[in-house]
Amino acid sequence: MTSLPEIKPGQKKLGLVIDLDTCVGCQACATNCKEWNTSGHSAPLPDFHPYSAGAEGVWFNRVHSFEAGEGEQGRTVHFPRSCLHCEQPACVTVCPTGASYKREEDGIVLVNHDTCIGCGLCAWACPYGAREMDEDAGVMKKCTLCIDRIYNENIPEERRVPACVATCPTQARHFGDLGDPESAVSKLVRERGGYDLMPEMGYKPVNKYLPPRKRASVEAKPVEDAPTPMDIKNPLLRWMDRVLTR
Amino acid sequence: MNPAGSIVFFTTASGAGYGLLFWLGLLRIFGLVPADARFGLVSLGVAMLLITMGLLSSLAHLGHPERAWRAVSQWRSSWLSREGVAALLTYLPAVLFGIGLLGGIPALAVPMGLLAAAGAVATVYSTGMIYASLKPIRQWHHPLVVPGYLVLAAFSGAVLLAMLGAFWGDGAVPAVLALLTGAGGVLLKTAYWRGIDTAPPEATAESATGLGRIGKVRPLDPPHTQTNYLLREMGFRIARKHAAKLRRIALAAGFGLPMLLALVALLTGGPAATALLTLGAILALCGLLVERWLMFAEATHTVTLYYTGT
Repeated sequence: MTSLPEIKPGQKKLGLVIDLDTCVGCQACATNCKEWNTSGHSAPLPDFHPYSAGAEGVWFNRVHSFEAGEGEQGRTVHFPRSCLHCEQPACVTVCPTGASYKREEDGIVLVNHDTCIGCGLCAWACPYGAREMDEDAGVMKKCTLCIDRIYNENIPEERRVPACVATCPTQARHFGDLGDPESAVSKLVRERGGYDLMPEMGYKPVNKYLPPRKRASVEAKPVEDAPTPMDIKNPLLRWMDRVLTR
Repeated sequence: MNPAGSIVFFTTASGAGYGLLFWLGLLRIFGLVPADARFGLVSLGVAMLLITMGLLSSLAHLGHPERAWRAVSQWRSSWLSREGVAALLTYLPAVLFGIGLLGGIPALAVPMGLLAAAGAVATVYSTGMIYASLKPIRQWHHPLVVPGYLVLAAFSGAVLLAMLGAFWGDGAVPAVLALLTGAGGVLLKTAYWRGIDTAPPEATAESATGLGRIGKVRPLDPPHTQTNYLLREMGFRIARKHAAKLRRIALAAGFGLPMLLALVALLTGGPAATALLTLGAILALCGLLVERWLMFAEATHTVTLYYTGT
């Protein structure tokens, strides 16, 4: 059914928290996403002209890079973009066949590839570009939050997280229940001021983004004269340095 | 947005068909079009042909046309589904309307003609709502989009009925309606274009990334060097360069000339009127094809904020 499940207080809302402060734009999450999902629930994820000019394909996660701000305050921010598993996903309600649905038990937004007619309306309805047509199979595909990993009893429990989260080398991606205010991800969002993308669209994304941390002020230059403990060869002086630094 | 040929043809052809069905069902009752049963049947046939060709063309847009029957199931939430239901249900009174005309049974033809007219309005309204309900596309999520679909269908239907009526010796009332709805269309389209040209974008690169807190946001590197489905479908921008010219073509060919021809036909009458109204109908449909194409080509989707910043 493409009608949305009723929103109950304390409802489980599985999603991702993406830390734009620590993301280094290495593309590992996008690569592992493609790798896992091309043989999982949504398999295969097609690639067209993979070995020649014009190579393209379906990706559930794409990492953009942006410049924000001017001058010394300006910075480069790497920005992974994937399905936000919104609480008000118009991609689901516009679906004419019921192939798109939001799961009541955990809030994951999925597509039934056996009933999708490939009309593409859901991709139009998503402000975030999270849905991509598999033009080979003629059906819409999207991030499943690795539903075939997070509930998979055949893999060790600590690995039951989305592929993008498991592979991130800087732990910029966190997975958990954003409906539970006491969960680690919810605490992280509170502490770091996590925010929604395009809140003005009213889709109420579940996934949150953590802003880049404020940079130390430009005036605070490193103290150039101060020797580090490694610079002091004499053990007595090193001990004195340690005592005096306390 | 990518103007898929199948959808542009669908909205133009089916729109005209439903407009024709609407006016036929309504005007026949008041004797404002030729009462000849053959006129009614031919007009109904043209309407149903346009509608059916348009609907079949829209199926070509699907990745799985053979599953299209599933699309009638989600009418509770989906305007596309409602459009499908309304389109299919309209066939029922339309066919009975035809039987009523064929058998000369006014007791059947009159109510079924009215029901078919109502079905036509419901279908075109649903079509408009498919687009108007899409928030990420600000040029579609606009209060004048649904009225636009309705007025354009009414105008193209009136133009067609005027032409068909002229063949039976009297296309005056539909020609007057074509003038009125055409004028409405011109006013509506110019107001709509002014609206989308001056309205500020709802979302920005700053809100799309949330990085506005740092400052102005500029895309630096795209995720991939090559294009993708999102950019082909949502990032279409060839037409914007020619938008002003295409708008003038749509206004002149789609509305201006057909209205002028209808006016001259009203004044002259006779066989000349038939020729003028036929030419007007052809011009109107061609102009509306341009207008419908432009409606897609001019529309922008928020996903391009991530790629181009605009």
